[in-house]
Amino acid sequence: MTGTGAPARRVSRRGLLTGGAAAAGGALAGAGALAALRSHGVRPDDAVPVAQVGSAVEPFHGARQSGVTTEPQAHAAFVAFTLRPDTDRAALGRMLRLLSDDAARLTQGRPALADTEPELGLLPARLTVTFGFGPGLYAAAGLDDRRPTSVADLPAFRIDRLQPRWSGGDLLLQICADDPLTVAHAQRVLTKDSRPFATVRWVQQGFRRAAGAEPGRTQRNLFGQLDGTANPKPGVSADTAVWVTDGPDWLRDSTTLVVRRISMNLETWDLLGRADRELAVGRRLDTGAPLTGEAEHDEPDFAALGPDGLTVIPDFSHLTRARVTDDRQKILRRPYNYDGAPTAEGHADSGLVFAAYQADIARQFLPIQRRLAERDLLNEWTTPIGSAVFAVPPGCPEGGWIGQQLLG
Amino acid sequence: MPSTTSRRFPRTAALIGAAVLAASVAACGSADATPTTAPSASAPASAPASAAAGVLTIRDPWVKAADKGMTAAFATLVNDGDADVTITGVTTDVSRAEIHEMAMTDGKMAMRQKQGGVVVAAGAQAALEPGGDHLMLMDLTRPVRPGDQLDVTLTFADGRTQTFTAVAKPFTGAQETYAPGHGASPAS
Repeated sequence: MTGTGAPARRVSRRGLLTGGAAAAGGALAGAGALAALRSHGVRPDDAVPVAQVGSAVEPFHGARQSGVTTEPQAHAAFVAFTLRPDTDRAALGRMLRLLSDDAARLTQGRPALADTEPELGLLPARLTVTFGFGPGLYAAAGLDDRRPTSVADLPAFRIDRLQPRWSGGDLLLQICADDPLTVAHAQRVLTKDSRPFATVRWVQQGFRRAAGAEPGRTQRNLFGQLDGTANPKPGVSADTAVWVTDGPDWLRDSTTLVVRRISMNLETWDLLGRADRELAVGRRLDTGAPLTGEAEHDEPDFAALGPDGLTVIPDFSHLTRARVTDDRQKILRRPYNYDGAPTAEGHADSGLVFAAYQADIARQFLPIQRRLAERDLLNEWTTPIGSAVFAVPPGCPEGGWIGQQLLG
Repeated sequence: MPSTTSRRFPRTAALIGAAVLAASVAACGSADATPTTAPSASAPASAPASAAAGVLTIRDPWVKAADKGMTAAFATLVNDGDADVTITGVTTDVSRAEIHEMAMTDGKMAMRQKQGGVVVAAGAQAALEPGGDHLMLMDLTRPVRPGDQLDVTLTFADGRTQTFTAVAKPFTGAQETYAPGHGASPAS
């Protein structure tokens, strides 16, 4: 398992880790681990030195908001607010000016104005603050005619067990950074400046691998699955799927966000063997390859038959049901894991803060969601317990504020 | 040079310096993500007010939001010129205003009008901040709501004036006691 070449030190350590996981799983061949390494292409110079993680900066100002096609950071807090009854269009403008200024400073590694803990504002760690407008914000502003039609509560799905404490919201702040203390400070600053205008409705915190732990790798959820393989590729593909490219200035360069809290039942998932787990998804757990392929991004062959005469990829698998090939129909999944405290009996409270960006919820998200709700074997182990929908307005130039095209 | 100001200055400068440093060594920042000069670090709301024409560069001005009574405005004042500048007065269109300082009165910190105004030495800066020198707005004629932009005009010893725009922040700190004989207690 030890490496033979120059990049040996990093690779062999990774190999040992993978090997350990394989032993525990009891089903993974060493060749699979090597293939994973090869497709991964780790080289020592790929790694981000730890000292740079804290000072790395993502832009705040621009035509489009950051935090959407931005390479996902390790930590996130989704904070949804309910507007106070007297928060009207003018008050929204004052609120969003304050919040935009906080975000503009903190994302660039500068303390917020009147920051009571300015030292916590100095390491942005790729902080992004992404603003989402719920249906209630348009109503409060008297601008319901400017609300994108599909930015409305999703239709009820039979798999839903939605709880009010994780659902809805007039304003969303998606706060992401590669450092959890940075996220906490930004959340505190932004919440304090929101208080005259809104109350906190819910907060969902989530995490992925630490910054630099698995660069460029599709995220893994707490079922151990690679999650987001089918995302549109960065560039033209993602642009087509995610952004509204024309229309009035409050729509152009906007997108929409669906946040769903998906509870994952690790206790019943534990009852499955590895083969059944892979059939449920239609992909291998180690590489994420379709059951008919070798590598994560191989095209699945839905017609291929196994020795038993059945399709190798079951038609009730998540892969089959979620499958979309046209970029105009794809969604950009940007989920985070959550992991609450287990019960006294040791039962997990784990799941996914599912976050999907797409230009049009009705055109892209809903058809996929309908197919999954109708018939996706994964529904056996997953339950949507929260749901919220937001328009993500265009970005703003320096000196501007998020929402100025809509409310200004 | 008032001791309060000179004592606070290096700390503020260190913070700002560190912020600029942190941003400029960033690995994946975009071109506009790296402030090259300190004045560009001003708030969007305050940027126009820090125009070069002013006597001072006013950095990061803000005012504590208040419904009535009193409130206070804060900023970092930078003197890029060759001569010391003395601020002798302050006005806004929502209140009368005074320059205040914090000082020990009867064994505890309280604020009082600062005699002689605030001196910003040539090439130096002075911080108007909670717990230190600040611009006190008295008897508000209308609320200063969070997010409001308030024009504040400074008068200098030589008669010149300079107006800047301060954004109102909800702020629960800086609940200083007001020294007796200087009016009502501050709005919270």
